[in-house]
Amino acid sequence: MHIPDGFIDLPTSIAFTVVSTAAVGVALKQAKNELSEKTAPLAGLTAVFIFAVQMLNFPVAAGTSGHLLGGALAAVLVGPWVATLALTIVLMLQALLFADGGLTALGLNVFNISILAVWIAYFIFLTLKKLLPKTKLFLIASSAVAALISVPVSAFGFWVQYAIGGNATFPLETVLTAMISTHILIGIGEAIITVLTISAIMASRSDLVFGWKNTRRKLVTN
Amino acid sequence: MNKSLKNFYLAFFFVALFLAGIISFYASSNPDGLEKVAEEIGFIDTAKDSAVANSPLSDYGVIGITNERLSVGISGVIGVVITAIVAFYLFKYLAKSKR
Repeated sequence: MHIPDGFIDLPTSIAFTVVSTAAVGVALKQAKNELSEKTAPLAGLTAVFIFAVQMLNFPVAAGTSGHLLGGALAAVLVGPWVATLALTIVLMLQALLFADGGLTALGLNVFNISILAVWIAYFIFLTLKKLLPKTKLFLIASSAVAALISVPVSAFGFWVQYAIGGNATFPLETVLTAMISTHILIGIGEAIITVLTISAIMASRSDLVFGWKNTRRKLVTN
Repeated sequence: MNKSLKNFYLAFFFVALFLAGIISFYASSNPDGLEKVAEEIGFIDTAKDSAVANSPLSDYGVIGITNERLSVGISGVIGVVITAIVAFYLFKYLAKSKR
């Protein structure tokens, strides 16, 4: 899901870089409210863990693989603003050190993964949390749904960028259908990894989990 | 930080280290979703090499190490350590600057 250089033209890449930079700037301010000295290491570990698991491509369909994006996982574990920053760190290091994702495409990738995947996942998670009983089981189930949907939504972000500034001229409908159908399959893998990770952390240290703390202390702003 | 919290964080870190250092070798090398779609539809040709495509860690390998297991494993460990340094300092700084 990391866009290489060249898929999207330069003006569009620059426009998305401006938007992404502004959003990350806001996140740098807002993230402070989600962090304490107790949970700051968890935020760092979330970035580290997502970097590691993004290396683990799993097979999805014939000749295709996918890997975790981590938007839902990070948003539930450490909160959406911190998640935005954690994913941005991962994407920057991947682009700069590992040539994974283009350099001019970094703003596009930050938009699709650090912003779109994180925030749609968080919105779905919050909505489900309000509707469902406040138990650990439902928290994990809500995270799974958020993870599943966040991947095709992130793929939709790419499609929008392709529609605005794709350097190729293949029909938009063809690209949309292929992107969404492939990424729903990858979303299933995303949901499985998210459930395994959040379950393990909920079982050992649920007190650190952002999405669960808010349940207990009723800090959710409506 | 109390001992049980410290142990939890250490365990979490070592899981990440293990995944990036050892398990990464077993990852699928098939093209990912976007790459596959680009190949099938045909816009893969518009991809350009990144300006850092020849960097020492490019594509999750270490330049000069031909053993693939070692190459991907070491690049994973380096990635985990660098991500940890950057992320820990940033979040620690943000947590402290709150007051």
